[in-house]
Amino acid sequence: MENILNQYETVNSDEVKVWFKAGKIADFPSNGGGCIKYKNKQIAIIKFDRRNEWYACQNLCPHKMEMVLSRGMIGSADDIPKIACPMHKKTFSLVDGSNLNGDDLKIATYPVKIVENEVFVGFLE
Amino acid sequence: MIKVIVVGNGMVGYKFCEKFIAKSGHEEYQITVFGEEPRRAYDRVHLSEYFAGKSADDLSLSTSNWYEENNIILNTSELITDINREQKTIHTHLEKTHTYDYLVLATGSAAFVPPIEGVEKEGVFVYRTIEDLDAIMAYAKKIKRNGATEAAVLGGGLLGLEAAKAVYDLGLNPHVVEFAPRLMPRQLDKGASDMLQSKIEELNISIHLNKSTQYIAGEHAITGMMFEGDDLLKVDMLVISAGIKPRDELGRVSGLEVGVRGGIVVNNQMQSSDPYIYAIGEVALYNHMIYGLVAPGYEMADVAAEQILKGAKTMRDTIDMSTQLKLIGVEVASFGDPFIENEEVTAIVYENKLSGIYKRINVTKDSKTLLGGILVGDSSDYNALFQIYSNAMPLPKNPEDLILGSRGGEAASFGSAMDLPDTAVICSCENVTKGAICCSIVDETCATFGDVVKHTKATTGCGGCKPMVVDLVKATQKSLGKEVKDVICEHFAYNRQELYDIIKINKFTSHDEVLGVVGKGDGCEVCKPLISSIFSSIYNDTANKHVTAQDSNDRFLANIQRNGTYSVVPRIAGGEITADKLIVIGEVAKEYNLYTKITGGQRIDLFGAQLNDLPKIWKILIDNGFESGHAYGKSLRTVKSCVGNAWCRYGMDESAGFAIELENRYKGLRSPHKIKGGVSACIRECAEARGKDFGLIAVEGGWNLYICGNGGANPKHAVLLAEQIDRETCIKYLDRFLMFYIRTAGPLVRTSTWLEKLEGGLDYLKEVVINDSLGIVEALETEMQGLVDTFECEWKQAIEDPEMMKRFSHFTNSDEADDNIAFVSLRDQKMPKPW
Repeated sequence: MENILNQYETVNSDEVKVWFKAGKIADFPSNGGGCIKYKNKQIAIIKFDRRNEWYACQNLCPHKMEMVLSRGMIGSADDIPKIACPMHKKTFSLVDGSNLNGDDLKIATYPVKIVENEVFVGFLE
Repeated sequence: MIKVIVVGNGMVGYKFCEKFIAKSGHEEYQITVFGEEPRRAYDRVHLSEYFAGKSADDLSLSTSNWYEENNIILNTSELITDINREQKTIHTHLEKTHTYDYLVLATGSAAFVPPIEGVEKEGVFVYRTIEDLDAIMAYAKKIKRNGATEAAVLGGGLLGLEAAKAVYDLGLNPHVVEFAPRLMPRQLDKGASDMLQSKIEELNISIHLNKSTQYIAGEHAITGMMFEGDDLLKVDMLVISAGIKPRDELGRVSGLEVGVRGGIVVNNQMQSSDPYIYAIGEVALYNHMIYGLVAPGYEMADVAAEQILKGAKTMRDTIDMSTQLKLIGVEVASFGDPFIENEEVTAIVYENKLSGIYKRINVTKDSKTLLGGILVGDSSDYNALFQIYSNAMPLPKNPEDLILGSRGGEAASFGSAMDLPDTAVICSCENVTKGAICCSIVDETCATFGDVVKHTKATTGCGGCKPMVVDLVKATQKSLGKEVKDVICEHFAYNRQELYDIIKINKFTSHDEVLGVVGKGDGCEVCKPLISSIFSSIYNDTANKHVTAQDSNDRFLANIQRNGTYSVVPRIAGGEITADKLIVIGEVAKEYNLYTKITGGQRIDLFGAQLNDLPKIWKILIDNGFESGHAYGKSLRTVKSCVGNAWCRYGMDESAGFAIELENRYKGLRSPHKIKGGVSACIRECAEARGKDFGLIAVEGGWNLYICGNGGANPKHAVLLAEQIDRETCIKYLDRFLMFYIRTAGPLVRTSTWLEKLEGGLDYLKEVVINDSLGIVEALETEMQGLVDTFECEWKQAIEDPEMMKRFSHFTNSDEADDNIAFVSLRDQKMPKPW
């Protein structure tokens, strides 16, 4: 299981090597997430209409290792945009992936850019 | 370990254990309790509620594992027959011997049976234990069948009137027979007794005062009571409740000092004449008196526990016998010295025969001190008067204002509970002072009324002090500048009920509107599903609307399981299903390789479906006449039923049909938490209806409607809302009850917790639902009917709309299923592969 988790590491926008076309804007639900497949990774893409922002993070919840984060509910805590896992309601910052319930668990985040009508996620390879 | 043996498992014996284990140093002691009754300690004060439908379990003071959890050994149905004081051992009727270091006698009292000729006849009972009540009930039923209507109660005191209420509840005409010239001779004067008598007689309860019973008439069974002067009262049953007699047999056989008229003599440390043997409660003779009230018994328990643990607390010299209660629906209270009359004292009396109110206060001639008083018909002044009396507080210029209210435009005589001294005892059952209550809030041990109750135990005895405790909590919070409010989350400064009203009044229909106008931020996993649920309750929006603001299960109309797969639960109303439909479920399970299990709600759960397969599975089910079972929603789950009188030889009504009707009526109803129902066709209760949020049990003459029960972590039996009502009335009351719950409960609060927190409790709820005290039942019924009429199966909606279907795929950029999901085999089926 460790190796599945280790596939996911945060990518900063200035180090992106590959911009992967994840789909069209309309493919993602309003104020919610969808999951895309890139190579052997599953990435949750969040369309945060209320803030007019896009986020991406690993789809794997590090708590019980289920591929479910994209099905979680988004929101904010003290103005930090966040996502809550649907399994046990662990919440993670969409900005830096840190856990907002105070445990060590952390998720990887990825940069997103919108070009015309299309959504791109940035990876290192 | 030092061994403490407690003989007697009544209210006082139980209190001793409770007090003991709460004190420091108790770990070095092993407590063993012996009770001769077959059950755990129960609330004898509220015994008459047993007739009004409470079960023995409802009356129990503790949960079944309380003793075990606290390392106390409880032996029920075991009677102690002897004490060997030299060897410090006791002997039981099972021929067992146990040694003790300290012995606590809490054997209580037995009913006093006056030596009247014929008391041994059939149909003569005492009123003391649950077994007595069972025997009375059985006999009443038998004689009623033979046409008997009249029953007598011997004793017009507090217990006698309680017993009369019990006889009344059994459907017989009670005759209260009292030797003294007035009712409750220890608490009431003649004027008060007359007022009480006229109130009670309105209910067709006859009162016979000044009656000395010569003998009980009848051959084998009682047929009447013969009074002095050849005066015969024809009755077919007699309940004796004429006082108590201490159960001091053990004291007598072991040579402890015993009073002339009974009772084990104790000092102010609750020690008997043997320093290793303590006596508490109604068996103890303290200051030449037996105290038949709960509060002094509890205090004795505390003193004995403290003394055994080498503490210093002793019993007070004078014990207050003030009491406030409701007898046969009439409020009665007396405090201090109710009768005192001499040159130093003036009695001020107010009597209103029209409204049935009698009030008396005894005041010193200088109008400075309140010495005691009596209240009948309206005891709302009791708490204030009792505090003034017990704290010797100064009286208003015109002491009569205390019972008449201020009439000169001046401020009321007794301002707020906050004016009391810190030493004032607010809860006399648990001996909790004003200081203790206020301090617990000031030092932040407690934040709410509920915390204070838990922490101090105030209000847990008779409950009479509850209004004062509530006032104290509120006033203290206010003085600290705290406005305590249970808000939903950081995005809304409202509780659920307020938000419900706001959304309804403003006709908000979208999350952005609600957040934008009355909230802040972007919402979260707490407030979003709550608002979606409120939209459902008001507009009947299904979970196909506001999709990303639904709880994760609602979003995909299925229950997410351990590995991210889902389970599928079609509705099987009332648990009734045809062979053809069973075959459909079997075929679906086979085709999609699903793990199947029968649920506790009498339906079938299919586990292990991948998100992509959900619509295909549901299409087959819906094409074959199934509907969503809403197993994923905070909504009505199932109405469980027994098979009913269509098949069962005991059934008294058609329970399965009624359950199906109810389940179909309330299906899809979104609510603060899940709701479950049950319908049983007889009191054998095979549907476990009393473990549900609402339950119906068929009885002679209709249905009994129970509400607010649940299983789960804190099981609660449902309580009786109405009895012997027809199907139509059941539905009417259920509509009102459920809608009222939906409107007012907090998020994720089940009905039982909601009722617990509802101010005024069950009585208040009855007023709202049955007597329409808020004038809202019509609106509640209309709202419910609106929801029933506009029901739509949300799975049918979803599979018929390609837009809605889009969400049921794991990837947005691929049609593949999640290839991380793996299963292993489990007893011929499958389960998620553990990581």
